[in-house]
Amino acid sequence: MSWASPDEIFLSTSLASYLDKKLLVLLRDGRKLLGILRSFDQFANAVLEGACERVIVGDLYCDIPLGLYVIRGENVVLIGELDLEREELPPHMTRVSAAEIRRAQKAERDATDLKGSMRKRMEFLDLD
Amino acid sequence: MLFFSYFKDLVGREVTVELKNDLAIRGTLHSVDQYLNIKLENTRVVDQEKYPHLLSVRNCFIRGSVVRYVQLPPEGVDIELLHDATRREARDG
Repeated sequence: MSWASPDEIFLSTSLASYLDKKLLVLLRDGRKLLGILRSFDQFANAVLEGACERVIVGDLYCDIPLGLYVIRGENVVLIGELDLEREELPPHMTRVSAAEIRRAQKAERDATDLKGSMRKRMEFLDLD
Repeated sequence: MLFFSYFKDLVGREVTVELKNDLAIRGTLHSVDQYLNIKLENTRVVDQEKYPHLLSVRNCFIRGSVVRYVQLPPEGVDIELLHDATRREARDG
């Protein structure tokens, strides 16, 4: 990000306009972090205060508090400004405890692994 | 520099940015920088149901390194101008 002159701030790609705002940060490993942006640099490294990880499995979600986080820019996919007047999540989603979301995550992972192993077993058939 | 200049001319247009993680986001191009980082406004995710966490995100910053495609409206592209600029850039190195 280039440091913009005061006139260019409105058209700038700098994260300066996101400072002290509650943001959603998507990471390359699929994690979603929420927090208030306190600092950033030209590599999109970021400091999030009051960070929490929003874990979503199907219609269940859970916010796991993390505290003060420094994120290395290379892991950042997207930084989104949350519109406080809109609902952050669709209404049909239910908030659950951390233990329950971990169980749901494990179940989803096991189902994906099972699907993967079954596909591997079928590959020798060469049906295409 | 060529694509940076090109995107600067496209500021204000509706684009769809497809990311390497297969997420596709539609929005108005607000700004771009030398790393081709992109800021979008009035964003909406193309497949909203698959990505519920992005429901209330209206403006976002996208790191240039994670972009796969930037889909443009065909009428927003002056292909001759782009072609000439490319030839000039290739010639001048």
